Amino acid sequence: MAKIKMALARPPHEGRRFANTAISIEQALPASRVSLRAGSNELAELTKPLGFKLPTRPGTSKIKSSLSALWLGPDEWLLINSNPKTVSALMEKLDTIKCSNVDISHRNTAIIISGKAVEDVLNAGCPRDLSLDAFPPGSCSRTLFGKIEIILWRLTDDRFHIEVWRSYSEYLWAYLLDAAKDTG
Amino acid sequence: MSAQNRIKGHGLLSLAKTINFTFDGTTYQGLEGDTLASALLANGVHLAGRSFKYHRPRGILSAGPEEPNALVNIARDSTRSQPNIRATVQELYDGLVAESQNRWPSLAFDFSAINDGLAPFFPAGFYYKTFKWPPKAWDRLYEPIIRAAAGLGKSPTEADPDRYANHYAHCDVLIAGGGIAGLTAALAAAKSGKKVILCDENPNFGGAILYDNALEIDDLSATEWVEKAVAELAALENVRLLTRTTVFGYYAQNFVALAERVTEHMAEPDPALPRERLWQVRAKKVILATGAIERHLVFADNDRPGIMLASAAQKYLNQYGVAVGANVGVFTACDSAWATAFALKKAGVNIAAIVDLRDNPPLELQEKAQTCGIRILRGYTITKTTGRLRVQSITVKPVNGGTSEQIRVDALINSAGWTPSVHLFSQSRGKLKWHANRNLFLPDIYVQDCISVGACNGAFDENELIAEAQAAGNATRKKAKTIRIKNQTSWAGNAIGAAPGAGPNDMVKAFVDFQNDVTAKDIRLAVREGMHSIEHVKRFTTTGMATDQGKLSNMHGLAIAAEQLGKNLPDVGLTTFRAPYTPVTFSTIANHARGPLFDPTRKTPMHQWAVDKGAVFEDVGPWKRAWYFPKAGEDMHAAVNRECMAVREKAGMFDATTLGKIEITGADAAEFLNRLYTNPWTKLGIGRCRYGIMCREDGFIYDDGVIGRMADDRFHVTTTTGGAPRVLNHMEDYLQTEFTDLDVHLTSTSEQWAVIAVQGPLVREIIEPLVEGIDLSHEAMPHMSVREGKICGVPTRLFRMSFTGEMGFEINVPADYGESVWQAVYAQGEPKGLTPYGTEAMHVLRAEKGYIIVGQDTDGTVTPHDAGLSWAIGKAKPDFVGKRGMQRPDLVAEGRRQLVGLRTKNPKVVLEEGAQIVATPGQLIPPAIPMKMIGFVTSSYWSEALGHSIALALVEDGHSLEGDTLYVPMEDRTIEVEVTGCVFYDLDGGRLNGKN
Amino acid sequence: MLLIHCPYCEEERPEVEFAGAGEAHIDRPKDMNAMSDAEFEKFFFIRDNLKGVNYERWRHIHGCGRFFNAVRDTVSDKFLTTYKSGEKKPDPAKLKTGKGAK
Repeated sequence: MAKIKMALARPPHEGRRFANTAISIEQALPASRVSLRAGSNELAELTKPLGFKLPTRPGTSKIKSSLSALWLGPDEWLLINSNPKTVSALMEKLDTIKCSNVDISHRNTAIIISGKAVEDVLNAGCPRDLSLDAFPPGSCSRTLFGKIEIILWRLTDDRFHIEVWRSYSEYLWAYLLDAAKDTG
Repeated sequence: MSAQNRIKGHGLLSLAKTINFTFDGTTYQGLEGDTLASALLANGVHLAGRSFKYHRPRGILSAGPEEPNALVNIARDSTRSQPNIRATVQELYDGLVAESQNRWPSLAFDFSAINDGLAPFFPAGFYYKTFKWPPKAWDRLYEPIIRAAAGLGKSPTEADPDRYANHYAHCDVLIAGGGIAGLTAALAAAKSGKKVILCDENPNFGGAILYDNALEIDDLSATEWVEKAVAELAALENVRLLTRTTVFGYYAQNFVALAERVTEHMAEPDPALPRERLWQVRAKKVILATGAIERHLVFADNDRPGIMLASAAQKYLNQYGVAVGANVGVFTACDSAWATAFALKKAGVNIAAIVDLRDNPPLELQEKAQTCGIRILRGYTITKTTGRLRVQSITVKPVNGGTSEQIRVDALINSAGWTPSVHLFSQSRGKLKWHANRNLFLPDIYVQDCISVGACNGAFDENELIAEAQAAGNATRKKAKTIRIKNQTSWAGNAIGAAPGAGPNDMVKAFVDFQNDVTAKDIRLAVREGMHSIEHVKRFTTTGMATDQGKLSNMHGLAIAAEQLGKNLPDVGLTTFRAPYTPVTFSTIANHARGPLFDPTRKTPMHQWAVDKGAVFEDVGPWKRAWYFPKAGEDMHAAVNRECMAVREKAGMFDATTLGKIEITGADAAEFLNRLYTNPWTKLGIGRCRYGIMCREDGFIYDDGVIGRMADDRFHVTTTTGGAPRVLNHMEDYLQTEFTDLDVHLTSTSEQWAVIAVQGPLVREIIEPLVEGIDLSHEAMPHMSVREGKICGVPTRLFRMSFTGEMGFEINVPADYGESVWQAVYAQGEPKGLTPYGTEAMHVLRAEKGYIIVGQDTDGTVTPHDAGLSWAIGKAKPDFVGKRGMQRPDLVAEGRRQLVGLRTKNPKVVLEEGAQIVATPGQLIPPAIPMKMIGFVTSSYWSEALGHSIALALVEDGHSLEGDTLYVPMEDRTIEVEVTGCVFYDLDGGRLNGKN
Repeated sequence: MLLIHCPYCEEERPEVEFAGAGEAHIDRPKDMNAMSDAEFEKFFFIRDNLKGVNYERWRHIHGCGRFFNAVRDTVSDKFLTTYKSGEKKPDPAKLKTGKGAK
């Protein structure tokens, strides 16, 4: 049998980027993502495989080296490892623990948006209060942007990571660019 | 043309900064900072429009957003043409092109002005009385004529090329209105550390200061004080100042909508800027500092061009340096118009007379008038005016009777006093209270965290107003500093309702509502004809229902109705104030949601491949799906036939990515499926799949799909493309609120997997060389099984399943690999005849096999039994959602519509989907005699493989009619059909296993 | 756009993140098969839809995803309180109504 030619990964909209003086918007690199579901009794056991305690305060996140955990609901976390190759290892580790783990690395894609106008641009479509008091760095939440659902995650004062289902990323991108015209 | 009415030394505009504009084709010169109205007046143009109903010539009445008359069309170019722009708020820019409306052939001579002469024939309620008989005339005669005659302005016909923006904002304090009160409140709030948004609809802050500039605050002129306050606020980081921004809607929980006009005043708008911006503000507290609007007096012929509000004349003078006339009459019941008269006189304008309805206006005003040499007529009214296109004279007469006198004027300013702008307070659902001693409705009971300050709260005195604003804005207990006020204007005195001389026995036209041409007489007539509530009077006369929403007319209308009814004014009721406060464009409300951002468009990872192959797409919900792949010269029919035959004879490939997918995990996953689907799941082996039907509690089919068991505690569920979100919601609902005992979690994986369906007798040999770790043989991997392994070196969940009746696989790969794997499969199969097919061929292929599509062959009233799917019901299960519902009497009764196949007697005839079915022959649509419809066609196609048309239909008791002949009546013929089973092709299903 | 307090996220969120899900405190009977037709009709089709205080189900569908219950006054369109699914029905007499109620 001839050697099988390896399929190529084509992440959506790879490498696209936009910047002006006030805002920078770019497609994030591929990553490993797992939707983790666990009840409160199961949390303790997850500390070891993850290497940290899962955040349990609503709307908060935890980052340790390349792995992040975002609280999305009382029994739901989004795990993101910036290395796209680690997902099977992560899934396998979690397989041994009583929890629900589903690989969603390809379901979502991410857009990173940063700059001094970041709140203004996001508030063109997102109805949430994104001031530093209401949504400080580390905050994360599922919410809406225009007509689509996103996960908004604030990394620093002026930098956000937006998770979105891959087929909606075209809409999100176009909307952000339309809003960015209003800045810079 | 030069601006003859511009007075040197007055106004805030620079005479050096001239700009040109045209109105009705004539070019005029204005100044930077003018409004269209001020520039027209500077050029002596009062005539600005024609009224809506009688086409009476109308002038500029006001200097603000309340303007009912001077509505014009402004067009930057053919795509940027906007009707009904108030000339009084449109800022002038170089090259502005404005045209008057509602006139033909010209503003000065308007053919339809004949309506004015016919006015006795157009009383209030004219439409209701006249156009009611005969009924048929409404559609054919009345409506077309009325529609052609009705409406102000013309809608643009081309798409709007501009961009519009949206901004959600949050603040501690939102202040509506930037006059003295608003500025004071903003300073107080900002200094106590609050996050403040201050907005004003004008290009400049200042409010009443823009006309009443005599005031001194803290030893500064009012204008200087405003400049200083604005500069102070602008320097603060916690303050956002928005001019040209109207607060137009006040909704629940202090959610407030603002419309910002960003480029409407620019000669050459920066293309990067949005034309308008919608602000959706959530404020912890709202301070309403919306001021008051001067009312006109209701007297005979009070609508001639040149007759305007006193405050407007004052604003034109003090802001724009424009005199509204050379010989101006004053008619008032309020002190403030006297101040206007003095200001005009000081600027060199002759004041013909001050006519005051009151017997005893304040002595100091009378003394000052005498000093200036102005004639005073106390206790006088105006009974007549003349001048067709511009007022020429007024006829005055003592209120208590006496001789009339005609006085020549070239403008008449008038004032009935001030109406607090309580629109936003009322929109916030606050309750108003009538203050009879002042003839004012004022805020009384608040239902939201908001507060009214200043004139909109009845505080006309600046000392009182500033104290209120400081208290409202200041969040600290610190005592506010005292502000020194000098040189105040008196705002006292008012009149409400019709002035003497326009009473019930006077046969005159005294306008209450200018924009809708409603006179005092019309309101009295409405009351006489039985309209006793103001809501009825309003609708019968249309008073207050024009685009200005009765900002000037509401109080007068109410007072006249009350007088006619013999009731106290508050007992007649007050009409509801509704958003928007002033007209807002649809574009502003739509903002970003236009063109590609109107709705998201979803594309699969293989989308571009299909585009490159020339696919024609169809919209399936938000998804773009390849419909068919025409080759050169092929029409849709030929392409679909070819694609279908390829699947039946060789192999086809289909992008099934859009199917919904849900990963169900947990120890009780199988039990959860038992409860949510009609089928049994416990015994489904790992690596096997089953077709499942989901019902709602009522027993009707809700969704369907193939479900594979990946592990004891892990299922891969598929749903219909459109059903994915609601199925997940339905499952979550039961999981979270009913079946809380189950250890189950649900995760949407719809977009995790790209799905490539390969179907046809050759598919196994095509994909086999690409697959690793899975034995594809029939024995190892029979129909309805699923395996995990690799394809093209990447992980796959490979399903052996079929939606075509042929042997088939559905290759699931992580979405990033979808396009690449698709290409590899195509490259592998293309030499063997592998053909991409679209959704249309998919529909035909599945219909040939009688596979239903939920939502096409079912409509939410079809049970599994009706659909011929009784075999999929786990009868041994004690319970599942829908089990009890299916036993309801109606669902087990005879006469239910059941899914059957139909074959036309003429094999070439393809039925229309949706066509009705009857049992008796020979009837056409429309029916000569009523006929009983016993069902309808749900799916219908040409089957190339069978050489005849096929159809599915829901027919009453259809399952027992197999072999019977039924009829499909159409407009021109009746089509004979035979009832068949739902399966048309490969009846024993052997092809699923590569046999037959 | 209302603000709705999500009992799981422990904060007020904009209305657009939520979806209404009908009347609350209607339990699916343990033994559905034992229901008479009349009982089924009442369980599945008949709703109180009162003018005034209503017990409702909502889902924070574009947030934490949880279903929860709410007491809402349909006259003032005010949420009097929200609480987690499975929690006891609050006593309406103890709920603040009218001005300032959150």
